[in-house]
Amino acid sequence: MKRSYANRDLIQRLGFSLLTLLALTTVFPILMVVGYIIKEGAPAISWEFLSAMPRDGMRAGGILPAIVGTLYLTIGTAIFSVPLGIAAAIYLSEYARDTFLTRLIRIAIINLAGIPSVVYGLFGLGLFVIFLRFGTSILAASLTLSIMTLPVIISASEEALRAVPQAFRTVSISLGGTQWQTIRRIVLPQALPGILTGVILGLERAAGETAPILFTGAAFFLPRLPDSPMDATMALPYHLFVISTQVPEMPFQIQYGTALVLLIFVLSMNIIATVIRSRARAKRQW
Amino acid sequence: MVDKIVIENLSLTYAEGNESLRHINLKIAANAITVLFGPAGGGKSSLLRCINRLNDLTDIRLLQGKILIDGQNVLDPKTDVIALRRKVGMVFARPVVLPFSIRGNLTYGLELAGEKRKSRLDEAVERSLKLAALWEEVKDRLDDPAVALSGGQQQRLCLARVLANQPEIILLDEPTSGLDPISTGKVEAALQELKHQYTIVLVPHSVQQAARTADYAAFFLQGELVEFGPGRDLFTNPKDKRTEDYVEGRFG
Ligand SMILES: Nc1ncnc2c1ncn2[C@@H]1O[C@H](COP(=O)(O)OP(=O)(O)O)[C@@H](O)[C@H]1O
Ligand SMILES: [Mg+2]
Repeated sequence: MKRSYANRDLIQRLGFSLLTLLALTTVFPILMVVGYIIKEGAPAISWEFLSAMPRDGMRAGGILPAIVGTLYLTIGTAIFSVPLGIAAAIYLSEYARDTFLTRLIRIAIINLAGIPSVVYGLFGLGLFVIFLRFGTSILAASLTLSIMTLPVIISASEEALRAVPQAFRTVSISLGGTQWQTIRRIVLPQALPGILTGVILGLERAAGETAPILFTGAAFFLPRLPDSPMDATMALPYHLFVISTQVPEMPFQIQYGTALVLLIFVLSMNIIATVIRSRARAKRQW
Repeated sequence: MVDKIVIENLSLTYAEGNESLRHINLKIAANAITVLFGPAGGGKSSLLRCINRLNDLTDIRLLQGKILIDGQNVLDPKTDVIALRRKVGMVFARPVVLPFSIRGNLTYGLELAGEKRKSRLDEAVERSLKLAALWEEVKDRLDDPAVALSGGQQQRLCLARVLANQPEIILLDEPTSGLDPISTGKVEAALQELKHQYTIVLVPHSVQQAARTADYAAFFLQGELVEFGPGRDLFTNPKDKRTEDYVEGRFG
């Protein structure tokens, strides 16, 4: 008996160690990538790099228009996708009955999330740039990114809304609340942290994508800041692609500096989402 | 004696399942505690949820008959259900405090109705907490989260929250089923006080509680109202064999 207990204990500890090791191997490549980009990119970061226009065919100067462009595209995407996504999630979670139509909508959302981003890019080119005559512009690119981001926002928001206990709704209705009062005063505020997390993760993906903006709004080289939504713009991910593959004799440092700025942009959104989530967990009263 | 609620020939069938209520006829007196008791599945909760139209949220195949409150049939599609639910408050088996402060829970119903004046809200908070025998315990921490209260306090808060709406009828569905004897005693004592001003319909969690609290009692069995009468008669001298068997604990 004693021996088998000892054996089991050993097996258990072996199993634990193995799992820990496996977990570490997944973290390791991520740390490698981040560490390498920081090491190679950090020397390029300077005030000039962040605040100046590119010069000498992008081989010198800064990347300001790409930073500002990505910021504009992210904001533009948020303007379209956030209200629409949250509204759709509220409809699906709070109002829609389980019918053929709503099932169809859910299936569509799941499938939309799986479409390769370059397909969104082509779709945006056809619909927004050509058919609606928005041209290659921040507007067209933002709309394209919005369509790509919507499924993420809808799914995450719907999940957050559904996680709010049903009993809150019943109590609110029993106290003379309308359904909309119940949603606005209880369900939405309680789901908000989850919704925000989903929104940020969706926008983060939009900020880092190249393919959807490639044909719809990204400029190869445009050393000035856009001054209307109808302007094309430089953007960090596309700029990175351009300087890494399209420009001969490109200084290594500028490539990695650009990558680092994009990484910081995206990671800080991620960190904000994580902080919101953990704060809300700690404060949650159910 | 005034009949506050008159139920006429009420039948209910949910979208799934058999008849949950069959031809119920029942008169519920004002200023008294009417107890609906019987084994699980008898239709007691279903009946309560018809009275405040909370069953509107459920899929129902058939609902027939009338529920008259002050002579108005509340099952009429033209009924203002919001006003109805303010007039007919409900306390549930599990205390569900809303994710607000103690004060926020109490003012919620009034705020829904558009009340913004702080004096009115403060006055309602104090009045309702006193009625629910909770004021002394929480008066110094009204802005604390309501979840910090004990289970018994939470349930009295739920009662107070209903009272803040100034209802005329209070429905309670096994309100003390999860509470310790002391908390249960406090809730029962509060109800005995409240019945002088309100019409109270209580689904008790035991026959003992039914016998302790009932001015009038109705025995429900599988969707049927078997027997109805003053509490003292029904528990000491039941007319129907099934009531007698249940009251004496021969089935549960
Ligand atoms: N939402 C519902 N959908 C379908 N059937 C229900 C629903 N609620 C209750 N029932 C059924 O109605 C009958 C009465 O239930 P209920 O009113 O909860 O009885 P009680 O409160 O006396 O235990 C039971 O058979 C139960 O299964
Ligand atoms: Mg019940």
